[in-house]
Amino acid sequence: MTDRFISIEGIARRYPGAGGGTTTVFENFWLSMARGEFGCVIGHSGCGKTTVLNILAGLDEPSEGTVIVDGQGIEGTSLDRAVIFQSHALLPWRTVLGNVAYAVSSKWRKWDRARVRAHAQRFIDLVGLTGSEHKHPSELSGGMKQRVGIARALSITPKIMLMDEPFSALDALTRGTLQDEVRRICLETGQTTFMITHDVDEAIFLADKIFLMTNGPGAVLAEIVENPLPKERGRIDLHRHPYYYALRNHIVDFLVSRSKSFAAEVTGHDPRHVPTVRPGVGEPTIVSPPRVVEPNPAQSVAR
Amino acid sequence: MTLSLRLRAAIVSIALLAAFLGAWHLATRSTGATANMTPEYAKLMGLTATQGKSAMPGPLDVGAKLWEHLKRPFYDNGPNDKGLGIQLAYSIGRVGLGYLIAVIVAIPLGFMIGMSPLISRALDPFIQVLKPISPLAWMPLALYTIKDSSISAIFVIFICSVWPMLLNTAFGVAGVRKEWINVARTLEVGTVRRAFTVILPAAAPTILTGMRISIGIAWLVIVAAEMLVGGTGIGYFVWNEWNNLSITNVIIAILLIGLVGMLLDQVLARFTRMVTFPE
Repeated sequence: MTDRFISIEGIARRYPGAGGGTTTVFENFWLSMARGEFGCVIGHSGCGKTTVLNILAGLDEPSEGTVIVDGQGIEGTSLDRAVIFQSHALLPWRTVLGNVAYAVSSKWRKWDRARVRAHAQRFIDLVGLTGSEHKHPSELSGGMKQRVGIARALSITPKIMLMDEPFSALDALTRGTLQDEVRRICLETGQTTFMITHDVDEAIFLADKIFLMTNGPGAVLAEIVENPLPKERGRIDLHRHPYYYALRNHIVDFLVSRSKSFAAEVTGHDPRHVPTVRPGVGEPTIVSPPRVVEPNPAQSVAR
Repeated sequence: MTLSLRLRAAIVSIALLAAFLGAWHLATRSTGATANMTPEYAKLMGLTATQGKSAMPGPLDVGAKLWEHLKRPFYDNGPNDKGLGIQLAYSIGRVGLGYLIAVIVAIPLGFMIGMSPLISRALDPFIQVLKPISPLAWMPLALYTIKDSSISAIFVIFICSVWPMLLNTAFGVAGVRKEWINVARTLEVGTVRRAFTVILPAAAPTILTGMRISIGIAWLVIVAAEMLVGGTGIGYFVWNEWNNLSITNVIIAILLIGLVGMLLDQVLARFTRMVTFPE
């Protein structure tokens, strides 16, 4: 039925624990995404979100299971899967143009200098950094650095873009602007994107599907939340949409209470067929359970 | 009005130099007792006995002699009488050659140690034992095996300058940020290209710091090495002038050794600044 452009099939990650045992961060983890989809993983620190992303990027290897992208099992890193790092990871001795051009010339090794530069310039323009090409990363603000990171990832026209909490180190204003940019670019290019975040509103604004992970160790994918908000949504009036609070409350509830109690409460959870939820209007959907009520569910839930 | 810090520091430096030269001059004035002696005997005894002149040359003597040397830096009157320029050139040449060989050996080897934990562990005991050996302790072994004093001196320079470079290169390469390596990995950059485009620029400031330490040590060691092997070089010059009892020349040589050492350090410091990147 669904087009499985990305298919994570039963992966597990174990680390040798203290005293000869092993610690299982997660196991039997299944997840799939269609081409052009924007997926967000939300979960508390330590649930293995970053490990999943690193495995998908090829930077880490699963202890078990495989990952299939576009019909092929992945093996190591690939230029088809670009990563935007949390810490931007720009090479400080290269200029903005140099950083993007490095990626471009890594993908198209035969291209001459002028062609590489022109291609890199297009993506620098796309993220709104025209005029800063010859600056070094140390001369840029945090938001601008992350823009370069995005330009570098996009410039190699990857099949998938992987983002590991790309905006968590930025101030709220810059974060908002960059979220707008990322959404615009992803809609324009139909980019398949897999992102990790702590920020519920970020997930609601950007994602088509939100993957909720329970707490580790032994984390599982508990639920897939389909975003009921229309494709043409703006950050400014997002919260006025009738579905917004149902969706937001659902996610916040999960993070506040269910992510902890999930393993104990839910029996017969089949990690291969994770329930998909689509919070809508008027449904008396799972309002805050009486046990844990946070006075003000903060924007960013974790930490 | 306050003068800039630079200018004030320069004034204090000059004042200190003047005070030192003044004290030196006063301390070496002719104040000693003079004895009565026949002119023939006085000729044998020299100025110390006849005019009460201090055996230690004063700053003016040194200055005059230095001027003489500077006028004719490259004269060559046979094996024991060469210009200071020639002697310094020999020393710098030996240091340059030994240092260059050390660079060629230490940087690739340091890369290997930094990139491979296996090689790092395997070579560690050897490095730990070899590093603290005084380079001059190698001299007899070098002379015996190489049988050429000049090449032995170069070998000693090589062995003393290789360690700081090796360790700093290994440290710099091993300490390259994981995220930069990951960038190269996600871009499918090959090992060789990664070494040159990510690891080398990232580790360059640390490598250059090691090279700067090495050139300093090499210049320290060449003087001692040349005293042992003899023949040519500023170290040999110092020892030869000591045998000639020319303290003036010894002082001049000491001054020049310091100046050349400073220049070498400054050159490396400039290179270090060139490869340092702000984060």
